Amino acid sequence: MSLDSQRLEMTARKLRRQIIRMIAGAGSGHCGGSLSAIDLLTYLYFCELRVRPDQPQWLERDRFLLSKGHCAPALYAVLAERGFFPEEKLWTLRDINSSLQGHPDMNKTPGLDMTTGSLGQGFSCAVGMALAAKIDHMDYTVYVMLGDSELQTGLVWEAAMLARHHGLDNLIAIIDNNKLQSDGVTETIVDIEPIADKWRGFGWEARRIDGHDFHQIHVAFAESKSPNQQPKVIIADTVKGKGVSFMEGVVAWHSGAPNAEQTQAALKELAADL
Amino acid sequence: MTEAQPNRVTYGSTLVELGHRNPRIVVLDADVPKSTNTCQFQQAFPDRFFNCGVAEQNMICVAAGLAASGKIAFASTFAVFASMRACEQIRTSVAYPRLNVKIVATNAGLDNAGDGVTHQGIEDLAIMRSIPNLTVLSPSDPVTTRKAVLAVAQQDGPIYMRLGRNLSPLLHNENVDFQIGRMIRLREGTDLTIIATGNMAHAAVTAAKALSEQGIQARVLDCHTIKPIDREAILAAANETMGIVTAEDHSIIGGLGSAVCEALSECCPALVRRVGLKDCFASSGRDYRKLLAYFQMDATAIQAEAEALMQSRRAVKVPSMLTECPAI
Repeated sequence: MSLDSQRLEMTARKLRRQIIRMIAGAGSGHCGGSLSAIDLLTYLYFCELRVRPDQPQWLERDRFLLSKGHCAPALYAVLAERGFFPEEKLWTLRDINSSLQGHPDMNKTPGLDMTTGSLGQGFSCAVGMALAAKIDHMDYTVYVMLGDSELQTGLVWEAAMLARHHGLDNLIAIIDNNKLQSDGVTETIVDIEPIADKWRGFGWEARRIDGHDFHQIHVAFAESKSPNQQPKVIIADTVKGKGVSFMEGVVAWHSGAPNAEQTQAALKELAADL
Repeated sequence: MTEAQPNRVTYGSTLVELGHRNPRIVVLDADVPKSTNTCQFQQAFPDRFFNCGVAEQNMICVAAGLAASGKIAFASTFAVFASMRACEQIRTSVAYPRLNVKIVATNAGLDNAGDGVTHQGIEDLAIMRSIPNLTVLSPSDPVTTRKAVLAVAQQDGPIYMRLGRNLSPLLHNENVDFQIGRMIRLREGTDLTIIATGNMAHAAVTAAKALSEQGIQARVLDCHTIKPIDREAILAAANETMGIVTAEDHSIIGGLGSAVCEALSECCPALVRRVGLKDCFASSGRDYRKLLAYFQMDATAIQAEAEALMQSRRAVKVPSMLTECPAI
């Protein structure tokens, strides 16, 4: 597949604007991690995943789980852009009985494969899904995105061990390695490095890339397909708050809505023309 | 023909029965398949059996992932680990999305006598009962255990079931009408009602026989479904008999006794005495029956509570049920 990086960049830029507007409208949400993940999500839904937006439960679809479920606004924005539901739904984020809950709810939002958000659980559920594909001799791939600090929870490593034990080479984990967490800099809270060595130690095939470079993302996914009985992990180095200069690398933007003035400034910076 | 045997053994054989009937059945365990008896399924269907190792939280989420992919996933370990170590996984990845995961936990209550407190699940009913979307079962004997396992495989959605490890005598015949959410009457009686669950149903029948010799006729209800609780049977017991004794191999907080009191207190206050572990941790014991006796959770204890209940009813002129609360 030839890669149209410029087009992907334009799409991601639009989705960044929507993330800001959604969270500002909802009055709460997670800007930083949504912005760090959106390039990867854009690539996944526009270049990688085998999905049918008009048939979200299609049995042969690739699965995607956002284990770092707090970044739901980014996923919702990309699902709407891909045609799973109308864009106007985005402006109901976090409202009572909205189909777009604060964290992903598989029974409410078309296109979601799992209810996620309690960190570690989505990854573990993804292992179950990859196992199901093996039992059924189905050729779909299960993709799951984790936050870097999510690797602090033990459940991730229980699941990583089981995935390797069963040779789940149909499972690709993506680490949105934005290096910040709720309470500060990951490295100073509980350091998770060396990340790739940890995964390799658990028998996974690991790659490390720049998670904002579409070419590198493209190559990493293309290379993560070998049927070698090894699950794959892509450690994507990202910038929390990417695209909005006053949010980039700022711990405080882990969660919280921008006020009217900040929203205007962010939208201006993310204006349509590059 | 069903025989007296541990309910976990019946669980294992029923899983095999289900496995033959339905290719969607998968079974998971956390390093205790010989104890939970999922080893029977493991032998029959090795490709649909997953031992997740000592990783109960992961087992539950993996089961959720399998269920989200169209499987009917049975996941088993000991009650204490299922309900406590993997509690949040059950809540968030199974119950909230209403996935088809059947958590069947063995070694419930003091059943695992020798191992002591670390392996005795005395809070599982209380914890699981508080989780929305979850049906909670606790069958008493091999006949109802088999029927319960078959019923939950039929019913779409998450359930939690607790089973014992020790020998369970037969209480029901093969034709018993088992319906999730409906208690089964084991004995007729008009003086008082004993509502028992799981292993304690047998003790309740023994106690009722002893009471009968003293001229006290106790109705005995086998409460195999803790949630949804059979309100109708509870209200009938309160209205038609002089009081209720509940019996469970579980803490007296939050389980069957609490569920019965909740149902009654809203519309039909009645005297309830709870037999169960009295808000304490138990102990190791070399013999399950002796351990139950030591903690006043056996037939003798049920009988004593029933006698005390009858005495207090005679001592206090109890007002009409539906108009005033008993002054006790």
